[in-house]
Parts: sequence; structure tokens; C-alpha cells
Amino acid sequence: MAQMAATDKIDVSIEHKQATLDDGTAKKHPNTCPGCGSHYRDDELHAHLRVCPQCGHHFPVRGRERIEQLVDQSSFAEDETALRSGDPLEFFDLKPYTERLAEAEVATGLGDAMITGTARIELLPCRLAVMDFSFMGGSMGSVVGEKFARACDHAVADGLPLVSVSSSGGARMQEGILALMQLPKTICALEELHDAGGVMISVIAHPTTGGLLASFASLGDVLLAEPGALMSFAGPRVVAQTTREKLPDDFGLSESNLRFGHIDRIVPRPELRPVLAQLLRLFGSKP
Amino acid sequence: MTNDAELGLRDRLAKLSGVKLLRGTRLSAELERLQRQLERLKDDTSDEEIWKRVELARHQERPYTLDYVERILDDFFELHGDRGRMDDRAIVAGIGKLDGRTIALLGHQKGRDLKERTRRNFGMAYPEGYRKAMRVMELADRHRFPLLTLVDTPGAYPGIAAEQHGQGGAIARSQAVMARLNVPTVSVVIGEGGSGGAIAIAVADRVLMQENAIYSVISPEGCAAILWRDASQAKKAASAFRLDAAHCLFLGVIEGIVPEPEGGAQTDPAAAAVLLRESVVSHLAELEGIAPEKLRRTRRAKFRAMGVYA
Repeated sequence: MAQMAATDKIDVSIEHKQATLDDGTAKKHPNTCPGCGSHYRDDELHAHLRVCPQCGHHFPVRGRERIEQLVDQSSFAEDETALRSGDPLEFFDLKPYTERLAEAEVATGLGDAMITGTARIELLPCRLAVMDFSFMGGSMGSVVGEKFARACDHAVADGLPLVSVSSSGGARMQEGILALMQLPKTICALEELHDAGGVMISVIAHPTTGGLLASFASLGDVLLAEPGALMSFAGPRVVAQTTREKLPDDFGLSESNLRFGHIDRIVPRPELRPVLAQLLRLFGSKP
Repeated sequence: MTNDAELGLRDRLAKLSGVKLLRGTRLSAELERLQRQLERLKDDTSDEEIWKRVELARHQERPYTLDYVERILDDFFELHGDRGRMDDRAIVAGIGKLDGRTIALLGHQKGRDLKERTRRNFGMAYPEGYRKAMRVMELADRHRFPLLTLVDTPGAYPGIAAEQHGQGGAIARSQAVMARLNVPTVSVVIGEGGSGGAIAIAVADRVLMQENAIYSVISPEGCAAILWRDASQAKKAASAFRLDAAHCLFLGVIEGIVPEPEGGAQTDPAAAAVLLRESVVSHLAELEGIAPEKLRRTRRAKFRAMGVYA
């Protein structure tokens, strides 16, 4: 969620999918590494899980590719694909919200910013809820909230663990107060899962900010994050403008969050699959 | 507004004109005014009218949490500190008697003069404030005290230390604690219901808004800066958000509106407190007989159902 302050200054970098994910890379090609400047063909990056072979920089991963990286081959069965957002406020900024939704769907091939379903990770069955930042900045509106809540319901019904992968700028402003209500909504669904003895493992990918960090993404039984992932409630620019102080170099990054005790471990992408499998085994999953 | 939407609105208004919405209010003039205000919703509320509410919600003379506490609670005892690091003065907490029984109270607190405003950090809490809130929620649960929260914040504080101390996680956990409570809970937005900082203490059985309060996902200024790329479009953003009480009621986000004296709560804080007290007492009375398990289940189901999708 975009942080609101008494000031009118706000971080816009995470709110628009057109915006770059890193400062200072605005004009660079998406396959040029912001860490070391190496350039890759798309298939090269794909083969390396979108991690720079030179310097280890983690490029963003789309939702479907993330699932492909994590789960046993062809084990993923998607559900809830028909859900589409309504337009409760008849919201119109520079364009109508309905038009933004339609454009995002055409551009991404997704109905909204979250993909859910069942899968196996090293033979262990689980439920997945994976976000895609390229659909309106991964913002959480009614559909993301509902999909996550249903993922919790299904996990309870099937007695399966739930793995979530977040990447989101926060609540979707175009849905106004109803977007804010997706925070308690997802939390209430997750509480039901926890009451039923279920487990949720939350993976935090770059960037996870605002309403996502202030809801389910922070409430996993175990919190994992990718190296260099931004995870902060308020974006760095808002904080810099509000406080007028120079931010620490690693402000809001997963490394800083590990130091301050907010996550359990930073997991480089190639290790994510075996680490998830280890956790699922420890929480009692059987093939 | 489309015909369907208008029909829905009429239907809803018809229901609202019944006792439910206006319960707890004996002042018939206030009733009528509120009724008129709801009727006006049928015509599209103008940008100006909504903006007037934003200004009233932020009015410097508007009663804050402690102004209400001294008027509606007897024998109030303030509780301080998160038992870990500090006492965040942007959130006040305590126990006191409401209508003869002990309740727990939590609320954002703004300051009236510059010194007090700074001390209260303009009502913008650090994670420590939400941790203080959580420990008082748990205290209420242990002793079976009903919980009243008063929401009045521009948002959670966006600062370096706030992030380092886990602002997002604290807001998430505070909501989770509220979703687990076994006691009746009522939240009233008494001024600004700003985003995550507000919802952190508003996952209640009954969520009410004062007539001139606002509740939104982001400040109108923030929204304008992002979506219109121009913070001066705040009026337009405020009206696009429908952040006023009547629209929040229409969207099903709140259960009722607490009337204010004509011209806003700041014109007569004592009368505003009477209206607030009556509303809270009657909602708590309704919740009192409900079994803890059912209370919790119903509360979760209510939030679980929010959202518009097909």
C-alpha cells in the first residue's frame, strides 16, 4: 500500500508497472544487469533462473516462470482462473479502472496479480499463491484478496501446506477502501488456516511493500526472502522525503530485514526449491 | 451512476432508514439530518461536499481520543509502553468504566499545539505503538473486557527506525490479534482513518464512522500524486475514493454512522461525546450475549466477505 503521510510526497516507483524496479536503471534494457552491467539474451536469463551468472543479481521473475522454477515438472494445477475484479468505485484517474484491468490482462495474460493452485515440490504436495508484479504492480485488490483467501480455504480442506510468493507494491488504489479491506480479509483467512493447524510459508520477492507487508506476507510460519529484495512498509522515497535523512544503503532490503529480525533466512533463488522442500518435510508433509 | 447501482443504493437506503443505523441516538434533529445526508447520496455527491468532510475530519479543533475518553469513560487508567522498547504516544491505551463495566480502550492520539503534536507524532504510530496496542488487546481478552478502539491517524509513520523495527509486520500482527479476540470489539473512526495505520486497530465486530470522518486506502494527496501525478488534484482523488462515511457504509465496509452535532464534532465536543457514547454502548450491548467462538467466527466471516469481484 502506498504509505500515506501528512505530506503530499509519495514514492511512485512501485505503483506503476511502467516504473523500473531499481533506481538508476530507468533507460537500461530489462535484460541488462543493474548489478554489473552484463547483458543477456532472454533464454540465457531464463536458464539461470533470472539470476545474473556474473554477479548474482536477482532479476524479477514473472508468476508463471516462478512456479515453473519451484515445482515438479507439470505438477501445477491452476484454480480460480475465472475471478475478475469489479469496479466498485467506478474509478477513473487518467483512464477508467476497467480499461487498466483489460490492458493489464492483455499485457500479462493473467486475470489479476495472483496465480493460485496445487503443485508438488520435490514430490511434496502443497498449495501455491504466487504474485505477478507485472499485473498493475502486483497490487492487491479484491481478486488478489479473494484468491489468497480461497487458497487458505483449500489448504484447510485438503490439509495441505500453503506457500506464498509475494511481489507487490501494496493495496490497489483504484479499489479504494475495499483494497484496504483485503488486508484484514487475507489475515482472517490465514487465521482460519492456522487454527486448523495448517502451515504457511511466505517467500518475499522484490519488491514486497505496503499492504502486502502489512498483511499475509508478514504472517507466514516461516519467512524467506530473496537476496536484495525490497521489503518495507513505506517506500524508500517516502521515508527519505518524510524524514529528510539519508537512508542507509541497504534500507528496507532483505539483508537489513534479516539483521533486524523480521525474516528467518535469505535464500538465493537456486536454493529456494530445496529449502521449501526441507521446510515442508519439517512441517510434516509426505509425498 | 448506473441504474443498477442506483437501485442497489435505494434498496440499501431503505434498509438503513430503519432502526439499525440510527440506533443509540435519541436526538431527533441529528437523526433527521443524517437521514437527509443519506438521501443526498442518490444524487452524486459533489467533489466539494466530500472535500468538506476531509477538512472536517482533519479540523484542528476536532475532538481527539483523549477528549472522548474523559467524557465517556469513568475511572480511566492509562496504560503505557509496549513492554519492549518504548511508549509510543501516538497511540493511547487504558482501561476504564463505560456504563458501569470495565472496558479496554485504544486510540490514536493527535496533539493540539505544536509541542503536543510533535510529542504525539501527529497521530502516526511506530511499530512500538502497535505492539502496545496488541498487549492491551491481549489484556482485554484475558480479562474478558470488551474492546473499544478510536481510529484517528493520517497513517503509520514512514520513518527509518519505524521500518527497521518492523512497521509492516507489526500492522499485520495487530490485525491478526484482533481477528483472534474472544471479546466484543467496536472500532469508531473519529477523524482520519488512514490506511494500514488505521486498519491495524480496526478489525472489529462493529466498525463505525463518525459522520465527518474519512476512511481510505491512501491520503487523497498521496493518491493524486501517484495517479494524477499532481498532488493538487487531491479534491478529485478524495471524491474518486468515496472516503466519506455514507459511501463506506454503502460499500459495506462499516456497520453504522455516528451522528455529530451540526457543523461537526468540533462545534460541541460534549454533544459529540454523548452521541458517540450512546452508539458504542448500544453496539456493545448487542454483542454482549454472543458466545466468544461465534463472535470470532462472525467477525472473520465479515472481513472475509469484503471485496467486489465476479
